[in-house]
Amino acid sequence: MLDLFKNISEWFPELLQPVVYTGLKAIVLLLPLILSVAMLTYVERKVIGFMQNRVGPNRVGPRGLFQPFADVIKLLFKEVILPTNANKTLFLIAPFITLVTAFGAWAVIPLSSSYSIANVDASLLYVLALTSLGVYGIILAGWATNSKYAFLGAMRSAAQMVAYEIAMGFALIGVVMAADSLNLGKIVAAQSGGIHHWYWLWLFPLFIVYFISGIAETNRAPFDVAEGESEIVAGFHVEYSGIAFALFFLAEYANMILIAALTSLLFLGGWLSPFEGIPYIGAPSTFWLLAKMGFILFCFLWFRATFPRYRYDQIMRLGWKVFIPITLVWIAVEGIFFYFKIGPFSA
Amino acid sequence: MTFELFLFYLFGTTLVGSAMGVILSRNPVYAVLFLVLAFINSSFLWMLIQAEFLALLLIVVYVGAVAVLFLFVVMMMDINLAELQQGFTKYAPVGAVLGVIVLIEIGFVMMSDQITIKFNEVQEFAADYSNTEELGIELYTNYIYPFELAAIILLIAIVVAITLTMRKRPGLKVQDINKQVAVDAKDRVRIVKMEAEE
Repeated sequence: MLDLFKNISEWFPELLQPVVYTGLKAIVLLLPLILSVAMLTYVERKVIGFMQNRVGPNRVGPRGLFQPFADVIKLLFKEVILPTNANKTLFLIAPFITLVTAFGAWAVIPLSSSYSIANVDASLLYVLALTSLGVYGIILAGWATNSKYAFLGAMRSAAQMVAYEIAMGFALIGVVMAADSLNLGKIVAAQSGGIHHWYWLWLFPLFIVYFISGIAETNRAPFDVAEGESEIVAGFHVEYSGIAFALFFLAEYANMILIAALTSLLFLGGWLSPFEGIPYIGAPSTFWLLAKMGFILFCFLWFRATFPRYRYDQIMRLGWKVFIPITLVWIAVEGIFFYFKIGPFSA
Repeated sequence: MTFELFLFYLFGTTLVGSAMGVILSRNPVYAVLFLVLAFINSSFLWMLIQAEFLALLLIVVYVGAVAVLFLFVVMMMDINLAELQQGFTKYAPVGAVLGVIVLIEIGFVMMSDQITIKFNEVQEFAADYSNTEELGIELYTNYIYPFELAAIILLIAIVVAITLTMRKRPGLKVQDINKQVAVDAKDRVRIVKMEAEE
């Protein structure tokens, strides 16, 4: 596929060639991403419906499959309401900041050992930088709305993201130590050698901390106090309607898929097959990456249907007093692994 | 003009412009947002000289954490702008003198031989050159003592900041999570069996 893009880009003048080439690669990644966001909302409602002994959406199209498209069309045609005394510029910029940071991080996510939009050397750091920018969209939305519910939601969400980012960063340090690289492709390559070489086993506490922090970072249930309906209506996007709301929605689900992709790349061996060594099904393939992402996304939905919402002070306690010490201890344990050359750390 | 040079001037002008915005904007929230824009632009400038580790770290640390806290504080505070502007004429001369001193200092630094030499030879690096690795090797071998000293100073700062916020008020109702977890159903609930009435 990359050769095809190279050929297409050669039709253009030389100055534009790299732009066309990268643009085509980006489109191939982003269009399926937006489509999978749409399908994820459908799957979410279906899965939670089944878990709660309901049918879920079943009116639009066969088995309700066109429900997300109906929702999108409805949101597109709704009016974007500007609240009185809202800061208009920031109110309208905020959804874009959220969306740009959510999609921008995908630029360095590799889908196989050869396909990524940009193969950056410090790609893990780049993802961390862009996800840390996402908090601005939320704070600005909450502040610019000029509503106390929105502001409270923004405060909660921002404090939560800052707290869990630290635990997440420490979990990543463990992975970087083990793989000896900040490049996502090299991190996956370092895990080759069968399912017991993937980092979920040797870095198990970090894997759990990273996954739970990822749920908290995307403000998903059971950590969704930022938009806790029972307390603050809908949190930071309470006054957003129509397409502006749809942008927030799109960014949240794109972030969920991003966390799923990162967890599979960092801890579950990415595109490596769990049956390594067996011919045909043992070959690394994008299919394995998508299967792992699908499983993690299912877990996201499963947790939402299962767990009651955390209380806010408990979320903060979990982030600062439980996760950060766990990650610190396990980084030290990993150092001991290296020193005594235990497991895959003997290199 | 090469494309890199064009980018340098673009980011440089935006950087200076947003730095002006920080001090000129009347709304403190806008000032913090201009500061964020300045950080991001200087990170781009670093990326142009292939210092991607420092560039990304600048975004992670300053934009992702420090400026978020600034924004928090500024949004929470009720700032009276008229009151702030009252003493402007009184403080203006002092500010001007300080500004001139800083300008002269920057001039001295820029004129010094060491800086001019370093500016004239911007190195080109091979594609497989890892900025992160080089920095790590330097920090953990040649500069290990200054590095550890800086780490200890930061740790002390963290401990002090946390101690400052730890105030014990009498009569405060706080939940002890360990006690809550250790609770047994037997201590809390007493099941009373009663004969059913006819």
